[in-house]
Amino acid sequence: MSAQPTRWQRFFASDLWYSYRRSPVAVLSSLALLICVVCAVFAPQIAPHNPLDLATLNLMDATLPPAWDAEGSRKFLLGTDGYGRDILSALFYGARISLFIGLGSVLLSVLIGVTLGLLAGFVGGRVDGFIMRVCDVMLSFPSILVALLINGVGKALFPDAGETLAFSVLILAISLTGWVQYARTVRGSTLVERNKEYVQAARVVGVGSLRIMRRHVLPNVLGPVLVLATLQVALAIITEATLSFLGVGVPPTSPSLGTLIRIGNEFLYSGQWWITIFPGLMLVLISLSVNLLGDWLRDALNPRLH
Amino acid sequence: MNTKNKPALLQVRELSVEFPTRHGVLKALDRVSFDIAPGEILGVVGESGAGKSLTGAALIGLLEPPGRISGGEVWFEGQRIDKLGAAAMRALRGRKIGAIFQDPLTSLNPLFTVGQQLTETIQAHLPLNAAQARDRAIDLLRQTGIPAPEARIDQYPHQFSGGMRQRVVISLALAAEPKLIVADEPTTALDVSIQAQIIQLLKRVCREHGAAVMLVTHDMGVIAETCDRVAVMYAGRVVETGPVHQVIHCPAHPYTIGLMGSIPAMDEERERLLQIDGAMPRLNAMPPGCAFHPRCSQALPRCKEAVPQLLPVGATHAACWLHHSEGRA
Amino acid sequence: MSALVRVQDLSMRFDVSPPWLNRVLERKPRQFVHAVDGVSFEIPKGKTLALVGESGCGKSTVARLLVGLYRPSAGAMAFDGRDTREWFAAKDAQALRKRLQMIFQDPYASLNPRWKVGAIVAEPLTEQAILTDPAAIRARVAELLTLVGLNPADSAKYPHQFSGGQRQRISIARALATAPEFLVCDEPTSALDVSVQAQVLNIMKDLQQQQGLTYLFISHNLAVVRHMADQIGVMYLGRLVELADKPTLFATPHHPYTRMLLDAIPDIHLTGRSRVAVQGEVPNPLNPPTGCSFHPRCPHANARCALERPALNELKGIRVACHAVEEGRI
Repeated sequence: MSAQPTRWQRFFASDLWYSYRRSPVAVLSSLALLICVVCAVFAPQIAPHNPLDLATLNLMDATLPPAWDAEGSRKFLLGTDGYGRDILSALFYGARISLFIGLGSVLLSVLIGVTLGLLAGFVGGRVDGFIMRVCDVMLSFPSILVALLINGVGKALFPDAGETLAFSVLILAISLTGWVQYARTVRGSTLVERNKEYVQAARVVGVGSLRIMRRHVLPNVLGPVLVLATLQVALAIITEATLSFLGVGVPPTSPSLGTLIRIGNEFLYSGQWWITIFPGLMLVLISLSVNLLGDWLRDALNPRLH
Repeated sequence: MNTKNKPALLQVRELSVEFPTRHGVLKALDRVSFDIAPGEILGVVGESGAGKSLTGAALIGLLEPPGRISGGEVWFEGQRIDKLGAAAMRALRGRKIGAIFQDPLTSLNPLFTVGQQLTETIQAHLPLNAAQARDRAIDLLRQTGIPAPEARIDQYPHQFSGGMRQRVVISLALAAEPKLIVADEPTTALDVSIQAQIIQLLKRVCREHGAAVMLVTHDMGVIAETCDRVAVMYAGRVVETGPVHQVIHCPAHPYTIGLMGSIPAMDEERERLLQIDGAMPRLNAMPPGCAFHPRCSQALPRCKEAVPQLLPVGATHAACWLHHSEGRA
Repeated sequence: MSALVRVQDLSMRFDVSPPWLNRVLERKPRQFVHAVDGVSFEIPKGKTLALVGESGCGKSTVARLLVGLYRPSAGAMAFDGRDTREWFAAKDAQALRKRLQMIFQDPYASLNPRWKVGAIVAEPLTEQAILTDPAAIRARVAELLTLVGLNPADSAKYPHQFSGGQRQRISIARALATAPEFLVCDEPTSALDVSVQAQVLNIMKDLQQQQGLTYLFISHNLAVVRHMADQIGVMYLGRLVELADKPTLFATPHHPYTRMLLDAIPDIHLTGRSRVAVQGEVPNPLNPPTGCSFHPRCPHANARCALERPALNELKGIRVACHAVEEGRI
């Protein structure tokens, strides 16, 4: 009797891994994303300079072009901004903040959306009606406006807020605009799964509704959520960047990619293009790889396309 | 294999269908051969995975990619049709070969009235104008037992019940006077009493229109009531074929014997049903030699080595080493 | 033999009314479907009662009412002498749930695709706290899988690795986990191939003999029912039209619908038995015919049949709901 294959062995033999190996888009975009994530996570260790430490800044180094330019310096590979901050290091730290906020808000969205969707689909009736009307209302507001509103309210309530609170409010603002998609998708899947016979079998045994929702239905409705979450990460990062660009996002002491783009925008017309273009490219790289990965995942998880 | 003196309407010779997958090429049909005479009703019976629906799909050119015909020939009215291009096949479908599928709900377009769908098919294949086509459509509906066809012709599919819808589908299949109808499980989705009605209807209109029928089903009862001859399929191969009476009452192949024994009978009672242990092999795990030998109580050493050919055994044809002298080594 | 399960005048009414706004604006009335309408029967211990009928006759609803998935609109159900409606809502409901279980029709939807087979079969044990020691649970799961003809090592696999017949056996193993006395089987072999069906039906019969199980067997296939049942109830549009023991029902069917059903069975062995032509279709349950619901299709209907609903009368040990039978016309 041969031993049961381990989890990893099963994964590498699965159709998902096979589809991944065969898709150059998936492999490339996941590699690009991996590099960005590594840079972001290990920014303090691998960034050449620390752009947040004001003591190390030297105004003499301000607005230096990238290293391959005649006036550039090897010390600052991608040039510096108006304060002498190294662009490359700022990219790493900025990506760190952007990814943190992006992932954090998506996680919160998923939590809120999946819970509400499960409840709406499983319980039905008035609860379902109420939650769906809330979704409809949420969808009629442009997400940026909602984020601005919550942000504004948060800042007004806590004017002396520290950085952590500012981040939390920002994450909350972005996640409150994104949960509706998850709720609707999960509700649809729950409505289908609820009528399946394995749920009825559990009821016959006497399993309570909450346990059925959590242990039986939830694992079966998470598939589309994964795809949606992947795509939403990009959207969340861009929303954060937009907010920061508008000046109402992260506090200026911890510049995210959006803030960097805003700061660099002012230098664009003086010909110092690198200050805004490189953060922009980094943002594009992250969003694009996440989007492409999400697209591949959606097609790979769809059994009918095989 | 052709017991009538007329030339066969449909001749299938060594038809093979393959599916290339990441695990290798799966042979879904392996050298399937049978004939259908004009006006004859041939039943193709087998369990899930035996390849009977695939045979029907391959014949009418509706194999879903990546499936493809990898060998053999299909001759229809003396013309070879397995290598026809899409346009030629489309012209053949509907005009010469009609099709009836299992689910009447999805066989009809819910957005068009029944009349529109019928006249569209009629006008596509016959040189009739709109009024003549409509008359013909009403006549077809009447023949298939739809009450008040003049009124119902302008109704939408959802306004018909399941059995009525299947009658409409049969009218559609007969609209252009085809010579052959491929019916894939036409009664499986229907209630028992409706099944009986539809079977009677199918027999009657096909005889009236002179159309031959290839009836694909897993239900031996339907075969017994409707067909003249039957082909039993197992794991992509034809294992037995012959006149319906003979195959049901004196089957030669052990699988057919087991199949007939496992069906609960209405006329006699048994304490236990005859049981064939195990299950049909999956396409990617086909045993060597005869596909049935792991489950066969009478397997010979030869059965593991070579695939038996379909050869005459008494009044039927069976692919089994038990009945051929080579097997008794 | 005392009845293990007793059902009296069981009724289940579903509200399928259009939404409130439509009802107000378009003045549409409330609509109800009487899925089950006054059904009564008893099942003695160790025997099998089969409920047959075509789609929409309410047999699946009766099954779900008996295991507590629905609450009846009217009528009473008793298990081992105690009213189940009250029992399911009482504190000791688990004691009832331990003694009855259900097997479903669709082998692909009745097992959670994300759970391992071992967890699926063990769920009743853990949920009802019958066994708590993991080793004891594993042993019991192994015992159950062997009982249905599967390998104990299969408990580490997922449902999609099994065929339809094997999955149905896993369902049976799960149903037997709590050692129930009563099993409700909702078309357990309808989705299976004929040879696989034979395996599953043989297992079910063996288990009944070994463990003294009582079955309520729902099916639309009279041949299967003939093989499995001791007593048969024929349902039409939510009502029980005939209830008889097996030999009598097949030898001398009384109700016209029963005769029609028997005639509709394909004559596999080509015995050439004479058949009456079948007429009409099952009417829309939203708008059932008045009086006897079968009268539009009945060759023996008279004026009374269109007005008055026939009661289920006792007649020489069987029960039939038919005016023509009562009046001695057929």
